[in-house]
Amino acid sequence: MTLSLRFRAAIVSLALLGVFLGVWHLATRGGGATATMSPEYAKLMGLTATQGKSAMPGPLDVGAKLWEHLKRPFYDNGPNDKGLGIQLAYSIGRVGLGYLIAVIVAIPLGFMIGMSPLISKALDPFIQVLKPISPLAWMPLALYTIKDSSISAIFVIFICSVWPMLLNTAFGVAGVRKEWINVARTLEVGTVRRAFTVILPAAAPTILTGMRISIGIAWLVIVAAEMLVGGTGIGYFVWNEWNNLSITNVIIAILLIGLVGMLLDQVLARFTRMVTFPE
Amino acid sequence: MSDDPFDAERDLSRSGCGCGLHRSPAEHDHAARTLRCEPVVSEEKRYEGIVASAVMRAVFPQDVARRAFLKSVGAATALAALSQFFPLKTATEAFADAGPPEKKDLKIGFIPITCATPIIMAAPLGFYARQGLNVEVVKTAGWAVIRDKTINKEYDAAHMLAPMPIAISLGLGANAIPFTVPAIENINGQGITLAMKHKDRRAPKDWKGMKFAIPFDYSMHNYLLRYYLAEHGLDPDTDVQLRSVPPPEMVANLRADNIDGFLAPDNICQRAIYDGVGFLHILSKEIWDGHPCCSFAASREFITTAPNSFAALTRAIVDATGYAAKAENRKQIAEAIAPANYINAPVTVLEQVLTGTYADGLGGVKTDPKRVDFDPFPWQSFAVWMLTQMKRWGQIKGDVDYRAVAEQVYLATDTKKVMAEMGLTPPPTAYKSFSVMGKSFDPAKPDDYLASFKIRKSS
Repeated sequence: MTLSLRFRAAIVSLALLGVFLGVWHLATRGGGATATMSPEYAKLMGLTATQGKSAMPGPLDVGAKLWEHLKRPFYDNGPNDKGLGIQLAYSIGRVGLGYLIAVIVAIPLGFMIGMSPLISKALDPFIQVLKPISPLAWMPLALYTIKDSSISAIFVIFICSVWPMLLNTAFGVAGVRKEWINVARTLEVGTVRRAFTVILPAAAPTILTGMRISIGIAWLVIVAAEMLVGGTGIGYFVWNEWNNLSITNVIIAILLIGLVGMLLDQVLARFTRMVTFPE
Repeated sequence: MSDDPFDAERDLSRSGCGCGLHRSPAEHDHAARTLRCEPVVSEEKRYEGIVASAVMRAVFPQDVARRAFLKSVGAATALAALSQFFPLKTATEAFADAGPPEKKDLKIGFIPITCATPIIMAAPLGFYARQGLNVEVVKTAGWAVIRDKTINKEYDAAHMLAPMPIAISLGLGANAIPFTVPAIENINGQGITLAMKHKDRRAPKDWKGMKFAIPFDYSMHNYLLRYYLAEHGLDPDTDVQLRSVPPPEMVANLRADNIDGFLAPDNICQRAIYDGVGFLHILSKEIWDGHPCCSFAASREFITTAPNSFAALTRAIVDATGYAAKAENRKQIAEAIAPANYINAPVTVLEQVLTGTYADGLGGVKTDPKRVDFDPFPWQSFAVWMLTQMKRWGQIKGDVDYRAVAEQVYLATDTKKVMAEMGLTPPPTAYKSFSVMGKSFDPAKPDDYLASFKIRKSS
């Protein structure tokens, strides 16, 4: 019966997609009002003005453009125009690096906070203040102090992905069952060994959940950060095409951002499942 | 006619005109008036002539002796004899790069608007390469970012709004860092665009309560729009709302009805028309014909650490600007800068801006070949005018030494030297007066000028 449920869900999904594309197509078919204009004037104007073409591209336009991009994803026409594959690689690289640094900082710190109520209380006010700051608000400060735009982008990724991991790690570590810790204590297990063999496995699912939230946020933020700093990356691509008011390319970028974000999330979801244990 | 130092009849006096073709500045002016000074054939020829004159001058410091020598042996022999003990060709090459650039690989930031035309086109059309530079022009997201990246030395030089280097040097909106402008990019080339719904509301006095977008606080756009509104009796600080909006967002905001209009750089104005969102109210040229807009800027530190690179860059920009100033080159330029790597806009839009034959958004086709123009000379009086407006609108508080700042930032003297070395004719002074909306500006009396405005921010 599960298979058929899946099957039915897939049909509903496809139907929804079909309806969405159909409505989209109809809504953007154009045919808006056009003022009469002399042919020499019309030659100087865009299609929106001359043929009443909707400013929003239809699904067919997007499909055709997407095919064009997929045919040559790695072209390089100079510093300001690169293929989508290269742009995505830049973005993923930045997210990867910023995220990795965040993992290196957040997990040990989270352990400390979780294991020591004193540190937890002492650091709490700082964390509470720093956590809700929008990562992009750091950007001007980062640019000013770090003096390098690509490192600033990585810093912004770091600062936004560090908090969920830190808090989840601390929460997970603090929430390890007292009995297990007590057993370890009666067996005279050292602190370091206790952290690695008892607490880490017990807290792993919570930690990974934090990491999964973080990667989602990091991916959200990179697009905005790259729009701000420019240069390379999928965010820069969106900005560059926006500059040209090419909504078609912006939609394609949105689609790709969604797909990559989903992939990153799925990878961490798989890791989470690997460390989850039944109690 | 060419500059021939081996012509016995010609004078090599140092007081000759800037283009080297005439005996005195007066004669040059006369020629310019009658048939315009003939442009030199090629850059190399131009340098060769200058070098040859210099060598002849060195060998025969006295004109009489040189003439006697030339008369007795003939020009051909003289040239042959001279090149034997002084290799003219090598000297010409050495002069052309004036010492090898300290740094060959340079990064220059730009904002994708037609104001940046000389900076951008110099890459695809090879103006940088000709000066032995390998320049990467990097598109940047906004004025604040371009400022920060240039201050951070990620860029060696950058396209900036003409008032920005002054603001940075004075420490307005940033730490004070000495910046310089060796060349202005474009003059004119902006416009006031209004949303279609204001088609019948063309009188500025009816604009109370409207929302306008400008690209940046320290921009000619800000000063020109404020000036225009104030001349029509509106106080730009209280009667209307002015918002800093990055140019690409302007068209989208106009479409979404978030703003009523903007004074923006082109291709943005034309783009709004092209997409049927707005119409051109006036060109900025109608406010002040020949106003500067964007500049080519570099930090003073870059000049001191890499003077030869800086000189080569200035030469490339001056050359490119001269090339862009010619109407016959504009179509080719539009095609060169339209791709996604540079401005990323439809060629039709860029062509309309650069050739000056454009749709006005109201069904008419207009022609104005000076809609945008290019003139590299950094007039210091431009800087003085900007300072008066910065004071007028409260960006500068207290006293300011107009001339000192203008001379610090706008490098008219250096540019003059570079232009003369290139065989071009720089203007004799760095101050000229001009008129903005019929009111003349005397750069010698900035404070009187400032005091003459009724509408200004009370300080």
